[in-house]
Parts: sequence; C-alpha cells; structure tokens
Amino acid sequence: MDLRFTKEENAFREEAREFMRTALPEPMRRKMVEGHHLSKDDFIQWQRILNKKGWAVPNWPVEWGGTGWSPVQQYIFLEEMQLAPAPPPLPFGVQMLGPVLIAFGSEAQKKRFLPRIANIDDWWCQGFSEPGAGSDLASLKTSAKREGDHYIVNGQKTWTTLAQYADWIFCLVRTDTGAKRQEGISFLLIDMKSPGITVRPIQTIDGGREVNEVFFDDVKVPAENLVGQENKGWDYAKFLLGNERTGIARVGASKERIRRLKELAALERVGDRPLIEDERFRTKIATVEVELKALEMTQLRVIAAERQRKSNRPDPASSILKIRGSEIQQTISELLLEVVGPYALPSEPDHDEDRWNEPPIGREWAGTAAPTYFNTRKVSIYGGSNEIQKNIIAKAILGF
Amino acid sequence: MDFDLSEEQRLLKDSVERLLKDRYGFEARKRYMSDPSGFSRELWKQYAELGLLGLPFDERHGGFGGGPTEMMIVMEAFGQALALEPFLATVALGGGALRLGASEAQKSALLPKVADGSLTLAFAHTEPQSRYDLADVATTARKDGAGYVLDGKKSVVLHGDSADKLLVSARVSGAQRDRAGIGLFLVDAKAEGVSRRGYPTNDGLRAAEISLANIRVGADAAIGDPGAALPLIEQVVDGAIAALAAEAVGAMTAMHEVTVEYVRTRKQFGVPIGSFQVLQHRAVDMLIAVEEARSMAMLATMMAEEPNAAERQKAISAAKAQIGRSARVVGQGAIQLHGGNGMTMEYKVGHYFKRVTMIDKMFGDADHHLALLARSGGLIAAS
Repeated sequence: MDLRFTKEENAFREEAREFMRTALPEPMRRKMVEGHHLSKDDFIQWQRILNKKGWAVPNWPVEWGGTGWSPVQQYIFLEEMQLAPAPPPLPFGVQMLGPVLIAFGSEAQKKRFLPRIANIDDWWCQGFSEPGAGSDLASLKTSAKREGDHYIVNGQKTWTTLAQYADWIFCLVRTDTGAKRQEGISFLLIDMKSPGITVRPIQTIDGGREVNEVFFDDVKVPAENLVGQENKGWDYAKFLLGNERTGIARVGASKERIRRLKELAALERVGDRPLIEDERFRTKIATVEVELKALEMTQLRVIAAERQRKSNRPDPASSILKIRGSEIQQTISELLLEVVGPYALPSEPDHDEDRWNEPPIGREWAGTAAPTYFNTRKVSIYGGSNEIQKNIIAKAILGF
Repeated sequence: MDFDLSEEQRLLKDSVERLLKDRYGFEARKRYMSDPSGFSRELWKQYAELGLLGLPFDERHGGFGGGPTEMMIVMEAFGQALALEPFLATVALGGGALRLGASEAQKSALLPKVADGSLTLAFAHTEPQSRYDLADVATTARKDGAGYVLDGKKSVVLHGDSADKLLVSARVSGAQRDRAGIGLFLVDAKAEGVSRRGYPTNDGLRAAEISLANIRVGADAAIGDPGAALPLIEQVVDGAIAALAAEAVGAMTAMHEVTVEYVRTRKQFGVPIGSFQVLQHRAVDMLIAVEEARSMAMLATMMAEEPNAAERQKAISAAKAQIGRSARVVGQGAIQLHGGNGMTMEYKVGHYFKRVTMIDKMFGDADHHLALLARSGGLIAAS
C-alpha cells in the first residue's frame, strides 16, 4: 500500500497544471472563480482549446481520439481542470453519448458523430427525464413508432440542460408499449432542427435558464439514428448513468471553491477582524475540508479498484461518491452564502444577454452567492437523486 | 497510488484474523476480561510468537521491521475482534516512544523484551487537568545530581495498572503549558513512590490513575532529550491515533455487518425489517460513514511517519475527526437498528458501540481535532 502519487503521475500533474495556466483564457477563468454563468461561446472555445491539444476526450479509446491515460491520470487531469478553474467539458457528448456510441453504436454513427463531439461541432443535449418520469425513469412515455425507414416521435422531455444551444438530442423513447417497462425502450439520436421540435425554457429558482422542456410533435427520425438494438435502450442508459456518477464527485471543483471561500472569508470583516479568524466559522470550513479529504481518498480507492474490475458495469461504490460529492458541494455553497452576509440580498442579473453595465450593488463577489446556493440544490437531485443512489447501494452492496 | 497489500501483508492479515477468530468468541472475551489484568496473558504470548509485539521494531531489536501499514492491518483485526490486550499501550505508545526516541543502548535493552512478550509498557502522559492538550504537563522532573526526581499525577493511563514499565512525561523547566521543557522518563511501575489505581474502562479495557511521589530515576531513564520531548510525544501520539483509527474501522466494519445481518433476518409485520426503505437508507448512511472512516484511516497510516510534523498533524487530525464523526453515525445507527436487542450486554453490537465511543475520547475527540485543523489553516490553502 502506497497512497502517494508516483513520480510520473506528479510530473503529469505539473504538465496538466501548466497547460491550464497558459491555455485557459483569463476572462473565462474569472467567470468561473466569480461564479458567473458561462456563455455558449465559452463552452465551445474551451472545448476546442482542449481538442487542439488532443485532450478533449481523455476517457475515450485512443482510436477515437482518447489519450490512453490511466484512470489515475484521467483523475489528475480532471482535478487540475477543476482547480484552474476551467469550464467543465460539456458532459452530454464527451461523458455520456460518446462512451455509449463507442460501446453500442454502429461504425457509421461513430465515424459521423464522435469527431464532431470532440470538437463540439455538434452540441448535444440529453433527453431522458419527462414530466411523469423522473426517478422512475422507466415509466417514460415519449413514443417512437417505426414507419418504413423512419421513426415518428411524439411526446415531451424535460429538465433538458442547455437544449437552447443544442444541435442534437439523444433520447430514450418507447418503441414497445406491450413489453415489460424496461424492455420497450430504445436509444435514439434526433436532430434538433427537425420539424415538430419545440424548446421552451424553464427558469430555475436561481433565475437561470439552463434547463428546458422539449416537445416532439410527429418528429421524423431516420431509422439509422437508432443506437444499438431496438428495445435495448435501457441497458445503454444504465451504462451511461454509471459513467455519469464517477465524475459527479467533483473533488477538484470543491477544492477550488474552498480556496475561494477562504479567500473571501479573509476579506469579509466581522467587527475588527476577518471572518476567517472566527473560531466557529473556520471550524465549519475545517469540517467540510475533512469531508472532502475523505471523499477524495474514497474516490481514489474506487479508481484503484477499477483496475481489478472485470465487468464494465459501474462500481456501485460510485453512488457513495455521488451522494457525498453532491452534499459537500451544497455545504460549500451554503458557506459561501454565509460569507457574504447581508449582501446576499440584492438580486443582480447574471446573463450575457442582460448583464448590466452598472457597478455591483454590494461587494463584487457577493452577487452570485445566493443564486449559486439556490442552483446547487440541483446536484443532489440530478444524475439519479441521492435517495435513488441509496436504493442502489442498499441493493447492490448491502444485498437488501 | 496503490491501495493493495503486499503478499507478506496479506499473510499477516490472514494469520492475525484467523487467530482472533478462533480465540475471540463472545464468551471467551468475557473470560479474558475477568483476569485481574483484564486481558489474556496466554494470547499475549501467542501475539509474541506471531511477531506482532515486535511488529514496528527493527529486526536487530527482535522486531519484524514493519511500518504503519502492518500496524493498520493488526489494529483493524483487533477492532473486529474487540481485543482487550495492551497492544496499543505497549507496542504503539510505549514501544513507539522507545523506537522513535530512545538511545541505541535503551532500545537494545528493552525492545527485544517487548517483542518477546516479557515486558509490557504504558504511556503515562495525560494529567487530570490536561484534557487533550499534549503540552499541558504539571508533573515535575527536578534535576538531582545526574538523575531526576519525579512528582505529579497521571490520568487515564491505558493499561497503566498492569504495565511493567511506564513512560512518564514530566516538566524539567518552564510553565505548565509551555511547549519547551518537557522530558520523557522510563519508570519502573513497581518503584517506590508509584501508586496506581486501576479500573475498568467503559469499553471493557483497563486504565489507571497514577501518582508519582518523589521518584528518583537515573540519567539513563530519560528517553530522548529531557526538556525537548514534546515533538517526540506528538509523533508517538500521532502514530497511536493512526493505529486507533484502524482499530475503529475494524470495529465499525464489524458493527455494520452484524447490523445488516440483523435487519435482514429480524422479522416484524411478517417481513424482514430490512425490507423497509427507511431502515435500508440508515444502513446506507452507516456504510458511507464506515467507508469515509476507512479512507481516512488509510490517509493516517500513510502520514503516520511523515517527517514534516505540520503536514503529519493536519492529516492525523483530519483522520481522527472523521473517525469520531463516523463512530457516532455507525454506532448510534447500529444500536437503533437492533432495537431493544441493541441495548443488552448479551449482544455484541453494544460492545462495539462502546469501544468506538471511547476511541473518540482518546487523544482528542472530533471537535478538538477540527479546532486544531482550523487553527493550523486547514488542508487547503486559500486562493
């Protein structure tokens, strides 16, 4: 047992850090540090910087543009990107769809879509949840009826993140209503420019517009856009959600937020001294630091165990990472809200399209604290709510 | 980055676990407890034969040449078995002080005896007023010719009632809470002027309150530099905390397993109570707490011998805080899920609960270590 990183791994970390330091545009970094929303162009610009370097899709096989890094290197890279802090590569293509296509897609689909994901020539969004199918995803109703060499899709998806920018959507659709619920689902790729698709934004409690409803009204989808086999979509979705859980711990991002928290707590004053010197407040920070360290070590244990796993199914221990990772992100967002104090109150718009050219109302770092806290409630809900994760652990690890 | 045990370490783990499984049944443990020393002298000999009592010592001192990982393996097994023997007191604490601070002559004279099981030790450091402050030492060591005269009181000395020799901290100079001026001295437990009041602890182990009155020791009784022993004491305690963290993980793992087994088999309303989601989720919360504790016990093991004291202490504090918090989640959950049966002395789960609760109160509880960590600036630097 030697829990230290090897010399090679440390050298790789230096290389990744240096790349982030030089390649990440400063305005983008500032937005990340200050907690502002990123524009569509920000996401695209950063993804293309990564792609130019050959680091756009590290988790993919080398033949499709992957880096061939070990799981530990991938972890280090992700952590350095989050520490920079750089924008997270849009997960829908790189983390979600890409591995599904590689594992289950046709050669033609791989050739057509994978390079365009890496360079974000196509912006993908995820069409899983429906108004009546949240945690009980298998109850989804959006239907796809085969007519000749097309499917005709009708129904509604919801919570579709950044669908307003999307060129394509990958959807779970029902292709067999007679079968057992999980066995009548297929995985379909749909062009967002198809006639019959309507996108309606949903404003979330933080004032943001990152999620949408997507309506399908007799949308014609070529049959060649079916991934894998008809009625096997549930298996592909489970594969995809398992991949989503490992990245969801966000250890590096939480470390970066704690740095920020300490920086701001040193600037804010309580009476005649900085808030960071307040015994109660700094103990709260220390508490979350311990939790984060435990998460980090657990994440590394899961990564190390990956080498020995024979099945390509996700390790149910990744549910622990999802639960604790999300709770820790929420705790930190709560502490950042505590730091700004009464200047948490003023509501300031934070979208490129309607950002004012006026000076901030309170301290310049205060405006995003409350919206970020509100927004961060989502992390224990998406990707399979924490309660669903506990069901998974109860079944898969404890054998209930 | 490697979390695997070596072949040799796996063998060690297997042999310790096998011995304890054979010899540490519920009834056997009660029998060992009723011995005046509160543990099994016979098992102690077997630990010696297995090489456990010299585990962290050099081979030339009769030891096994192991490190913190080997200590972790043994302590985790002891935690699962709820072992009563003074391994922590003798090997980790007393043995640790000798291994890290003693002269070559002292080591050659003492460590082989520790390793062969003929010498037990206790670490007489904390005092009635000191709580968890390692620098708070009121016991005095007055220079007397070439040697010293010790006077003072030591509290909750683990296995202090049965130990053959005591490692006593005492102040050579300075005020009661000064970092400088502390010495560490080897004292024969039966020396005139040493009075020991032994008692059982709430987890079924033993400890003692010890008074030292006018005890004369030679210059060769000093371990390390008399007057500058605090860093040594801190390092010894950090090593003991890493060991205790592993023991707690062993106890928590076992406690969680028996709890899951219990709710799977216990029937109410015509079904196993483990079919109720509210109980499943509590069992999951316990599992998460166990795994977090395990991760941090591994971190503590890795950092136990870190030469940079500040970095070592931060990691150890983080681990001890996690152990304390996990122990509450797992221990309280285990009793609750056992219902009334969790409340009886006849069930093993209560004994685990008591052990992990007491571990939190040894060498600083979760709050104490969180405060230390906060005061030191924490694990992550500000941007």
